[in-house]
Amino acid sequence: MTTTQTGEEAAATQPPHRDRAPRRTGNSLNRQTRSGWLFVTPMLVLLGLFLVLPILMALWVSVSDWSGRGSPFSGNVGFVGPDNYQPLLSEPGLSRQDFMLSLRNTFYYVVGVVPLQTVLALLLAVIVNQRFLKGRTFFRTAFYFPSVVSSVAISLVFLYLFTGTGAVNQALDAVGINGPTWFADSRGLIHLLGNSLGLWNIDSPPSALADHQVLGLSWWDWLAGPSVALSAIMMQVVWTTAGTFMLMFLAALQDLPADVEEAAMVDGATKSNVFRYVTVPHLRPTILLVVTLGVIGTWQVFDQMYVMTQGGPAKTTLTPAYLSYQAAFNQQHWGQGAAIAFLLFALILVLTSAQRWFLRDKDEWARKQALRRQRRRQREEAAA
Amino acid sequence: MRTRATRKSLLLATALAGGLALTACGGGGFDSSGGSGGGDGEGSSADGPVTLNMLIASSGDAETQAVQDAVKKWGDESGNTVKVTVASDMNQELAQGFAGGNPPDVFYLDASQFANYASNGSLYAYGDQVDNVDDFYESLRSTFTFDDQLQCVPKDVSTIALEINTDSWKKAGLTDADIPTDWDSLASVAEKLTTGDQVGLAIGPGIDRAGAFVVENGGWWLNEDNTEGAAEDPSVLDALQYVQDNLTKGSFAMSSDLDTGWGGEAFGTGKAAMTIEGNWIKGAMTSDYPDVKYTVAPMPEGPAGKGTLLFTQCWGVAAQSKAQSQAVDLVNFLTTDEQQLAFSDAFGVMPSRQSAAGDYESKYPEDKAFIEGADYGHGPITAPGMDQVIADLNSKLEDFKGADLASVVKSFDTNADAALGQ
Repeated sequence: MTTTQTGEEAAATQPPHRDRAPRRTGNSLNRQTRSGWLFVTPMLVLLGLFLVLPILMALWVSVSDWSGRGSPFSGNVGFVGPDNYQPLLSEPGLSRQDFMLSLRNTFYYVVGVVPLQTVLALLLAVIVNQRFLKGRTFFRTAFYFPSVVSSVAISLVFLYLFTGTGAVNQALDAVGINGPTWFADSRGLIHLLGNSLGLWNIDSPPSALADHQVLGLSWWDWLAGPSVALSAIMMQVVWTTAGTFMLMFLAALQDLPADVEEAAMVDGATKSNVFRYVTVPHLRPTILLVVTLGVIGTWQVFDQMYVMTQGGPAKTTLTPAYLSYQAAFNQQHWGQGAAIAFLLFALILVLTSAQRWFLRDKDEWARKQALRRQRRRQREEAAA
Repeated sequence: MRTRATRKSLLLATALAGGLALTACGGGGFDSSGGSGGGDGEGSSADGPVTLNMLIASSGDAETQAVQDAVKKWGDESGNTVKVTVASDMNQELAQGFAGGNPPDVFYLDASQFANYASNGSLYAYGDQVDNVDDFYESLRSTFTFDDQLQCVPKDVSTIALEINTDSWKKAGLTDADIPTDWDSLASVAEKLTTGDQVGLAIGPGIDRAGAFVVENGGWWLNEDNTEGAAEDPSVLDALQYVQDNLTKGSFAMSSDLDTGWGGEAFGTGKAAMTIEGNWIKGAMTSDYPDVKYTVAPMPEGPAGKGTLLFTQCWGVAAQSKAQSQAVDLVNFLTTDEQQLAFSDAFGVMPSRQSAAGDYESKYPEDKAFIEGADYGHGPITAPGMDQVIADLNSKLEDFKGADLASVVKSFDTNADAALGQ
């Protein structure tokens, strides 16, 4: 500020008059609430119309016998209760077998993709965040690039990369490895691993595993691991999504004050210690966000299956989202398709809540618990 | 203060949600006329010139153009107009049409989807209003019969036969006299044709190719009434065993194991000397592999005689259509001998009427094996609910060589019984 302030400027920088303050706060709160609602109304209408309402409609379809003709709310569509859910969960048969297969596939898919993409994203973010790295902007753009390209286009490219005579196999060939026919190979990785370790023979599974069934699948099937075809898709997804999550980590890293790191260094912490005890704890909320988004996104995987494999080979890339689509649009089992969607929703809800609990800030949580205990004691004392 | 604001916002939110629900119900998106209609009696007929919506799944520009030309001709004669839409995902777009209460009046309907639409009453059964309906191949008519009514008439027919690469044939020292006529001779020529980088016979995955051997062995996946699975019968199992034995020997191979998408690709790229594909292979060979010389032989006879598989789509008419009689009139026009042969010229399909077969054969003598197959071939499975069961069977047969056939057919029967018993 210069010392030659005009009267107006000085008035503008002065705080509002004390005695008018309360009345204005009351008015503006009301006005603020009103205009707040005004501003969110378009979004509420859009969300309600295109998200909440369709979800409620789908919920109704999942408990109805709608056959796909006309409105699901017309008079001749009946309520059937859990009839669409039972074939998926409790009745032995093809529907349950397929649903369980899709859960198995997606479980391995999530377990493979989420940690990999989180670690890769963090790694890329740390690299790009180096202040002395040349061409930072280039790398940032390059790493983020796969995320902006449509997943369908990328899927098609990968389809060519991973054909039996494609670029990937030619590269493997150059180093003396005979690559598999990726998208036609339904063998599970755990099966293959056990086979090469001599634990079992993949062509004649041990009867202890093959002869006992849980929920329509034998133990041998449950323990297959991701198939070679699914692994190829997993690689693609890790590659595409790591860029998006890198951006989130990057934003969080730039929030980390440099002096904190410097202070740690001055205190004698090594680089890896700074990373472990300063950077990562600072990133905890971002890690939680990335892992949560990752889990939700991977459980809902659909595009890649729709474009590349249609659930094959041997149903090893079947996922709940794709199965739901198939049940509804190809088999006209609309109720069952909707039921699969809601089971998937419930599963994701449970998993993300569990994960929030596991990744919670333990100090913060302990503090809250202590506070609650204290309040309870005070209340008891007051009562006594 | 705070609580009042919260309460107010809650009220507002409730009012909003209510308003939303009302606008949604009042809007034109969902009309409740879906329940009415059915397949009986005379069709509804709008007065005066009408506009019919037609949804097709086109194989390419040639087909789209041919259909557009044909409907224009009909439109000029009858004074109506037809709007042809080409679907990019037929199943999805058709399902959306019916769910939204606004289906196309006339549409291609694939045999695999037929039962779903017939069983929920979406189709207008116009079979009795079609000119000279007995002229359509019998097995095609039974494919599209539901509840003893012919629901829709076959658009055209495709059959599968044996394609032979003539260069490889000569190189192996084989002559016209060696063209296989039974399973044994097929196995032996396949063995002779197998070299280091070429297998004798490539078969596309699934029962849509290997199923021909089942028909030749006198078997079928379902019993005659389509009420339960019949795949455990030795007639089915032995046919599958024949294929598996030859796969194990290495003279047959699944096209997917040759790193190709279908039999035609394996055949065209020279990875296989013979393949079993339908008449659609003609187009692919001309456009993608014009240098490969080949002949087409009928499927070699099996123990129970001749056999092949038929593939087809039909002209569906929606039960909800407001101009059913015009739609049926259009279908009648599109399925005349003359019009079907015009489609043959344009994009290579074979007519579904027996009376047109003679003309077709004299025009395209190289297709003799294909068109004759229509006489003795077996149509696809169209019982309701079987889609999922067949998909499961196909996925288990993806690894045909390693499959435990006895357990595969057993689980097929179990699943089929469950699906058909519903």
